[in-house]
Amino acid sequence: MTGDGLEPGLGACDDGRVILEARGVTKVYRMEDVEVHALCGVDLQICEGRMLAVMGPSGSGKSTLMHIVGLLDRPTEGSVMVEGEEVSHMSANRLAAVRNRRIGFVFQSFNLLPRTSALANVELPLVYAGVSGSERRRRATAALERVGLGDRLSHHPSQLSGGQQQRVAIARALVTGPAILLADEPTGNLDSRSGVEVMGVLQELNSQGVTTIIVTHDAKVAAHAERVVHVSDGRVVEDERVERRVIAASTTLGAGTGTVR
Amino acid sequence: MSAIESFRIALRALAANKGRSALTMLGVIIGVAAVILLVAIGTGVRDEIVGQIEGLGSNLLFAFPADFEGGGGGGGGGLAIRRQFELEDSDRVARRLGKSAVVVPVIQAPAVLKAGSRTMRSTIAAGTDRGVEVFTADLADGRFYSRGEYVGGARVVGIGATVRDELFPNTDPIGKTMSINGQRFLVISHFEAQGGALSGDQDNQVYLPLSTAQRILNTRNISMIVIKAENAEDVELIRAQVRAALRPRFGSDLSVFTQEQTLGILSQLLGTLTVMLAGIAGISLLVGGIGIMNIMLVSVSERTREIGIRKAVGARTYDIMSQFVIEAVMLSVIGGMLGAGLGTGGAMVLREWVPTQVTGWALALAFFFSAGVGVFFGVYPAWKASTLDPIEALRYE
Repeated sequence: MTGDGLEPGLGACDDGRVILEARGVTKVYRMEDVEVHALCGVDLQICEGRMLAVMGPSGSGKSTLMHIVGLLDRPTEGSVMVEGEEVSHMSANRLAAVRNRRIGFVFQSFNLLPRTSALANVELPLVYAGVSGSERRRRATAALERVGLGDRLSHHPSQLSGGQQQRVAIARALVTGPAILLADEPTGNLDSRSGVEVMGVLQELNSQGVTTIIVTHDAKVAAHAERVVHVSDGRVVEDERVERRVIAASTTLGAGTGTVR
Repeated sequence: MSAIESFRIALRALAANKGRSALTMLGVIIGVAAVILLVAIGTGVRDEIVGQIEGLGSNLLFAFPADFEGGGGGGGGGLAIRRQFELEDSDRVARRLGKSAVVVPVIQAPAVLKAGSRTMRSTIAAGTDRGVEVFTADLADGRFYSRGEYVGGARVVGIGATVRDELFPNTDPIGKTMSINGQRFLVISHFEAQGGALSGDQDNQVYLPLSTAQRILNTRNISMIVIKAENAEDVELIRAQVRAALRPRFGSDLSVFTQEQTLGILSQLLGTLTVMLAGIAGISLLVGGIGIMNIMLVSVSERTREIGIRKAVGARTYDIMSQFVIEAVMLSVIGGMLGAGLGTGGAMVLREWVPTQVTGWALALAFFFSAGVGVFFGVYPAWKASTLDPIEALRYE
């Protein structure tokens, strides 16, 4: 937590490499002859192993930015590099493979498959990675244990609390061992206690080396990160280092997710 | 992603909507069952009729004074009979064939029968005293008309089972009198029921001596000449001889059918009929297929979010496509198998009343057709699902 050389507006990583980079990313939606500029030339560099928050009010374009750097959406202009590789022009199937192996997603509304057990939900990315059944079960179980749900393997989402559902979603995101975890308002649908729990899990994972990006409108959530990028009207308006970082594990006793370095 | 995995996903999706899956399958079940059942009936009826004809023996030939066989396609006039056979023609054939065959001149004509207050329409089948050798009916009681009765033109008649039941219900007809076209006849025999067959109802016939028939019909003509070869192997030779004997008077206006030919024509006709029935049933299969497409489209839009989730975690276009195609194919194949079972079972039950024959090709056809229906009608919804934009799909509520 000492000086990382994070200057506002710059993403230079002095002790690591740039794992995810957006260059001049513009996104224009066309709605009944009206062009809506969701993003206007965003440059962003994200350093390997760090925890970043993208903050902004609703409609600022922060979710669009996350979808584009998460390869769920394509920029109208500009390019996205994942681990130094240009991905903007890849085919849909190659993008799917990159998402599968290198990026994990956590959504505000969890996005778990209903009527499907926690274990099967977590196994899903492994199914598409072509992992065999027994190996899948082993890895999915391990991922669920990692988020503290080792005793909820066969529960369906409807039988789990919001916080537990979000932890299943986190387990699903990390089961393929991705280098990057993207979380879009991960605490948005949770009560404050569950929210802290989930942030604790994310910090724990980040401490184990997973580059974590959190999109939020909530300054308290953003304070869990090391760096906050403020987005407004489709532009990065501020890039700051968090001075007094919140450590979730110390705010609650119930989370039991260990410590952050 | 492995095929087994796709199957598992599809099966889970079908199980999640059991009622809907069952109703969707019902369309295919009914379609396949209908195809199998109708083809079974068609095949069964054909086999039975062909069997009946074969039972008559393959050594029969039928000569008609018209060109049914040749090109005769010159429009409706092709079957016009320009000149009828007479007894001399039959005698000429008999002389030519000598002992190698039995030659029977036959008259077939409509008639009105009456006994007491009962009246009915029927058909006269008249031959010589040797007619008993070529007519197929089995005597139930009584005797066939004798040579003397034939020569003398006696008013004696043998009646078919239908005629007996209509005119003489619950009584012994032998020795009773009846009228044919207003002439009094003595019933000397009646025959066993044979069931319906090719040339109308063979049971609705009355058998009289040819000479008598010519007199009451006031004609010198005969309808056809029936020839029974002593040896079945000689049929083709005899056919040539019959043609040779009749050619001087009839030229090309002459047809000599063998039993085999009749069989072939009939079997072809019934086969066409069966295919037609199968085609009609196939339409219901098509409707079932459209039902599958409909449900799959509903399913795709209902599961848009699921598709988005799957894509977000790394499903490729192919994975989504195969998931939905397999789902549709499973619906149709399971439906097809249930339909095949139902159709086969139905055919077994129907056997009580109708001859049915479930054939392997009908089963295979129905099965593969239903699988094809699944693929065909499943591809479009699956393609629609697979091309969804992941972020659009995730946003879908």
